[in-house]
Amino acid sequence: MSIKMLPTRDGYGNGLVELGATNPDVIVLDADLAKSTRSDWFANKYPDRFFDIGIAEQDMVGTAAGLALGGKIPFATTYAVFVAGRAWDQIRTTVCYSDLNVKIAGAHGGISAGGDGATHQSLEDIALMRVLPNMHVIVPCDAIEAKKATIAVAGIHGPCYLRFAREATPVFTAEEDFFAIGKANVLQNGSDVAVIACGPVVYEALLAHDQLKEMGISARIINMHTVKPLDEEVVLAAAQETGAIVTIEEAQVYGGLGGAVAELLVKNKPVPVEMMGVMDTFLECGTPEELAVKYGFTAKDIVAAVKRVLARK
Amino acid sequence: MNSPSLEKLTEICRDVRADIVKMTAAAGSGHPGGSLSAVELMTVLYFKVMNHRPNQVDWPERDRFFLSKGHACPVVYSVMARAGYFPVEELITLRKCGTRLQGHPSCKALPGIEVSSGSLGQGLSIANGVALAAKLNKKDFRAYVLMGDGELQEGQIWEAMMTSAHYKLDNVCAIVDYNGLQIDGDVEAVMGIAPLAQKWRAFNWHTIEIDGHDLAQVLAAFEEAKATKGKPSVIIAKTIKGKGISFMENVAGWHGKAPNSEELQKALDELYGREN
Repeated sequence: MSIKMLPTRDGYGNGLVELGATNPDVIVLDADLAKSTRSDWFANKYPDRFFDIGIAEQDMVGTAAGLALGGKIPFATTYAVFVAGRAWDQIRTTVCYSDLNVKIAGAHGGISAGGDGATHQSLEDIALMRVLPNMHVIVPCDAIEAKKATIAVAGIHGPCYLRFAREATPVFTAEEDFFAIGKANVLQNGSDVAVIACGPVVYEALLAHDQLKEMGISARIINMHTVKPLDEEVVLAAAQETGAIVTIEEAQVYGGLGGAVAELLVKNKPVPVEMMGVMDTFLECGTPEELAVKYGFTAKDIVAAVKRVLARK
Repeated sequence: MNSPSLEKLTEICRDVRADIVKMTAAAGSGHPGGSLSAVELMTVLYFKVMNHRPNQVDWPERDRFFLSKGHACPVVYSVMARAGYFPVEELITLRKCGTRLQGHPSCKALPGIEVSSGSLGQGLSIANGVALAAKLNKKDFRAYVLMGDGELQEGQIWEAMMTSAHYKLDNVCAIVDYNGLQIDGDVEAVMGIAPLAQKWRAFNWHTIEIDGHDLAQVLAAFEEAKATKGKPSVIIAKTIKGKGISFMENVAGWHGKAPNSEELQKALDELYGREN
């Protein structure tokens, strides 16, 4: 059976276009990557509400802060590695400390910028954004969810970070599926172990679920699209009811989703946890598929992690 | 607000200088030097130039002021208090635990502060954003931003200078407090920024050079900026760090050091005369 493939950045572009039609306060900024990030889909339809700031990410975030102060809902858009890294102080001190209504979109997150190599592979953005007070961090799993997340962040007050991927990945959620910021989606129920994932790798977790089922292992699959605020209720229920957790994210293993889950569990319900991600290293160039195999982001790797965590139960 | 005469403004400036040394002395820390250099600039802005309502801080039509050099908050707190934003008596709480007058300004702590600042180089970008919002909403309010000269070493400022001019933000007015000193010494010795006016002109800004302690020149500069259409304006105000307190003038060491009680008394004696 073939599955439809789209990059989550397309969902961002579609979400922006819909917002353009429904919310006149939505303004989109980009830093010379509008075609790549899909913000040009908005720019083509609403040129008066699109501003290219040039290759100046710090200025873009500051400009977005000013637009928010003027009552607008700005979406500051560029590659994840540049906005979350280079403009971190602007996001921290101007946007988050002042609790401004700025939306930040980081494209080409995770290993999806494969061929560009380590400079362009954003693996630290989730941790960098998660540590900031007032910030929301959302990592959509497919293009449909990405569109919903884009529209949803315009409807809440405060700083939000959205992370998108470059490569086409499976579209496995449906338009009618429930989506709410801060509410995890349990995609498969299971009682032996819970796999908590964010981003396109959620699909690998679903494939792992089927392989585990054949082995007689019942895995709960949780799509934790909102890394912050974490849906603590769903995580604690998973720990209570399965007794073993695997986390996976296309990011450095420290400080991201796995860290958030571990911090919660160690205080409330200590159970064995296997954290999957990039193991404290920079990657290299390669296709996203090659990198996924080499660095452990496939269903097979998740199955292996589940076996490890079950052995520790 | 009534529009005070230049004589009245001179009196206010003296009281603001006294506030600055009293506040920082009481706090035991803070930044008197770069606050004292901006007294005339801030007093004229808050008492003569800006369209604002101290008793209605969220008035949508208000002009916006951004303190990009956040460490100079003592001068802004003092001018705000004297303009009626909060009681003058509260100034003495600067930097105390629980105060609204944070060591660098917080918009969450003190109503009337537009945005939190303290990490240098960010104010002009913010002013550009709010100015863009004004244009989009067909509003007439203006955005003012005070920057330090040392602060101009931050690269983001030059990014923002391009943006203001590129989008023809004539509702942006930048003010450079050109006192020539920064923590490590002379700006030109630490990392030169001269020739400053030429640089702003080359970035397509309307550039106005004045003596930043001459109230009439300061007022005229703001009026000229307001009348300039099609491009942003910058007021490059030549100032003296520590201005008005003889032993603080032109001494980089007073950038981030509070006067002790003897020094405070000496400063107040200078401002008001011995009999005070």
